[in-house]
Amino acid sequence: MSLSRIALWFAAIPIAVHGAETKVHEFRLDNGLKVLIQEDHRAPVAVSQVWYKVGSSYEYGGITGVSHMLEHMMFKGTKKHPAGEFSRIIAANGGSENAFTGQDYTAYFQTLERSRLPVSFELEADRMRNLQLSPTEFSKEQQVVIEERRMRTDDQPHAKMEEHFQAVAFTNSPYQNPVIGWPDDIAGLTVADLNAWYGLWYAPNNATLVVVGDVDPKATFELAKRHFGPLKTSQLPPLKARAEVEQFGQRRMTAKIPAKLPYLVLGYKVPALKTLADPSEAYALEVAAGILDGGNSARFSSRLIRGQQLAASASAGYDLYSRMSTLFTLEGTPVEGKSLAELEAAFYREVAQLRDEPVTADELARVKAQVMASKIYQRDSIFYQAMQLGLAETVGLSWKVVDEYVDRIGQVTPEQIQQVARKYLTEDHSTVAHLDPQPLPEGAQVSDESTGNGGHHVR
Amino acid sequence: MYAKFFRLSLALCWALACGAAQAVPEIKTWVTTNGARVYFAQTEGLPLVDIRVLFDAGSARDGDKFGLATLTSTLLDSGAADLDADAIAQRLEGVGAVLSTGASRDSASVSLRSLTQPELLRTALAVTKAILLQPRFAEQDFERDKKRTLLAIQQREEGPDDVGGILFFETLYGNHPYAHPKEGNADTVAKLTRDDLVGFFKQHYVARNARVIIVGDLKWSQAEGIADELVGSMPEGNVPPTLAPVEPAPTGKTVRRNFASEQTHVFAGQIGMRMGDPDFFPLYVGNHILGGSGFASRVVKEIREKRGLSYSAYSYFFPFRQSGPFMMGLQTRNDQAAQALEVLQQTLRDFIAKGPTDEELTASKKNITGGYVLKLDSNSKLTEQIASIAFYDLPLDWLNTYIPRVEAVTKADIQRVFQARIHPDALQTIVVGAGQREQ
Repeated sequence: MSLSRIALWFAAIPIAVHGAETKVHEFRLDNGLKVLIQEDHRAPVAVSQVWYKVGSSYEYGGITGVSHMLEHMMFKGTKKHPAGEFSRIIAANGGSENAFTGQDYTAYFQTLERSRLPVSFELEADRMRNLQLSPTEFSKEQQVVIEERRMRTDDQPHAKMEEHFQAVAFTNSPYQNPVIGWPDDIAGLTVADLNAWYGLWYAPNNATLVVVGDVDPKATFELAKRHFGPLKTSQLPPLKARAEVEQFGQRRMTAKIPAKLPYLVLGYKVPALKTLADPSEAYALEVAAGILDGGNSARFSSRLIRGQQLAASASAGYDLYSRMSTLFTLEGTPVEGKSLAELEAAFYREVAQLRDEPVTADELARVKAQVMASKIYQRDSIFYQAMQLGLAETVGLSWKVVDEYVDRIGQVTPEQIQQVARKYLTEDHSTVAHLDPQPLPEGAQVSDESTGNGGHHVR
Repeated sequence: MYAKFFRLSLALCWALACGAAQAVPEIKTWVTTNGARVYFAQTEGLPLVDIRVLFDAGSARDGDKFGLATLTSTLLDSGAADLDADAIAQRLEGVGAVLSTGASRDSASVSLRSLTQPELLRTALAVTKAILLQPRFAEQDFERDKKRTLLAIQQREEGPDDVGGILFFETLYGNHPYAHPKEGNADTVAKLTRDDLVGFFKQHYVARNARVIIVGDLKWSQAEGIADELVGSMPEGNVPPTLAPVEPAPTGKTVRRNFASEQTHVFAGQIGMRMGDPDFFPLYVGNHILGGSGFASRVVKEIREKRGLSYSAYSYFFPFRQSGPFMMGLQTRNDQAAQALEVLQQTLRDFIAKGPTDEELTASKKNITGGYVLKLDSNSKLTEQIASIAFYDLPLDWLNTYIPRVEAVTKADIQRVFQARIHPDALQTIVVGAGQREQ
């Protein structure tokens, strides 16, 4: 079989992108609620998401995890819809629903057959202002969250190490705290803490409603006005800056954790789109991450996993849509017989090459081709489309950055990538963490009584 | 990002399609001259196509070489025809195509997502064809990926979830080919050779053992051309022998494993059902009420909402070609494990003894039928559903008859099938956590 007729076609991709044009309808209610609506008529379905500008990066010492705990309690009822009713009504309408909390946002969503959209609006509008926090429900849900933390973090070697890594990398930025909260903080939260947090942040003027699906924008806006319009505006607290202070020299940490394999994380302090005067730097960092880890042809797979056979896994990450300055991270596991030090050295060589040599035209074209194609693939999911709009808006950018994304990536040059690598991927602004695997000890014998003391996070 | 309710990826149970008279695209099917069955559905609105080629070549076909099917699948895109791994990746990524290979217990798959613009699609198809017909299995690639698999196998021992999940299948299936983990075990993978992979590939990646699924913005004639290009020159070959039926264990057993974790993971279950089972709908709707619908289900209400014992709690059927498991599970702090398991067992006993209430059955049907459109609302979801129909030889009207068949389920049906088939006193139970005495 001959593959000689295969040419490199990436130059042709932009033609296809015209199929990806979308139109977002933007409204604002008198009470400050931002409403974003995007039509997608492929299926008789709509997703509705309510995004609040609050998350772990709004929290301060002693109450970490309060945003996430409040998210759980948002399903525990209002005067009109008592505990359990929200989920029961959505389920009876064939909907799927959930919520999620991040560093910079808390968001609630329902996906429904399009005619059921009013059900979602009514329930979301109700709990935006009328949540009733019951001490009995709270004490049970607090245990659920503590179990969630045990499952996601305490019993997961990588997650446990990454939690400490963030705490070492950031001196004063609230990104130093885990979204789920530190164990004693979760255990110490009270109904009063949650009530105060709810009162501060849950208001139409601190929220964005995003609807994507088989809807008419004008009618949907009218519907939103009917349900959310009567809600009262809040006096929002002024947001403290809390920008990360400058770092003077590399930080290193080791986490000795019972595990089977070693793990390496290397993070560089970098700006986010929101924190930059010149946004092109953020897009250049985004492309730099793509050059290292944008698929199986990118440098990490091609060189570290296949070529040098140093890494069993290796990845690069950058969060363009952070609200505050963030980290450009390189992570990986060395293959058997290679050390964390050897993998770390390989990461430095890759970073040095980004600084010292322009990326090749082919590599850059491949990253751009993937970005353009993925823009179309993402449109296969109404949920993902809504997610992008809600996120951009909530971190204080405009949803318009989502539309600009492909063009801005397309403008990135090899020189810009070199410039951001020189400026930001520097040793003095880096933090390195090694997971040093310890033998898995025998599990300690604990009492089988339900009143036992096995869980040391419990008060 | 933290969600209120952690849905296990398995929990979405992709095989359980929902259907109704509306919004189901027509599925066309035909057989290529060399014996591969093709399924095609045309979608509109986005210039993309999802293509999946499935083979009866999952880990149930490993024989005693546990891990063989998975490693064979892993190697496919590491080199094919005159292309090495870099060339394959560069060509695909240069046209924005996304290719993946993978194996489950029943099947092995090669999946491609591409734009439909002809010159882009042409390149993506040519590379995919090379992978399907002429993978190299180069010695160096084989050694590297074998080592990576061995590391991944070590990593499974880091947490009580993986340890418990593997024990559950081993306990449930004994000597059946579904018993072992699809990645294999350290000793079996260490013994695999390149020749093993080449042999497995030659035997299983053949036209008569293949199903081709094409879903996207293409015409039927284009889909025919694509199927011919991808598998038209594949050797005919043969289908593998029918897998042995699963013999359920006559008595219950509890396996405890001491593990130094904060939580104890509990799995309890038994042999469930196979795809195409005559009791599929009453079992599915019944389980939806029992533990398959998150906050609406009894298991979550009893374990999480009433008692705060666990973040995630569930019950599911995973139908395979032969009987897949019925599985309940939760995770809780070590000293509460006994209590949580007792609540889980009691919830099951109550459900079997008394069946669902009228309100529960009505609510469940409303949820399943009202949410039907959500299961087919994207190209990728539609591809999953059609792949399931194709691989398990379900009737072509499966999606269209789904809602009436859900509506037809009665309380008596549910109680009858659960009483006949689920035996709370004969469950296989796995408990992994600190303080468990090994047995």
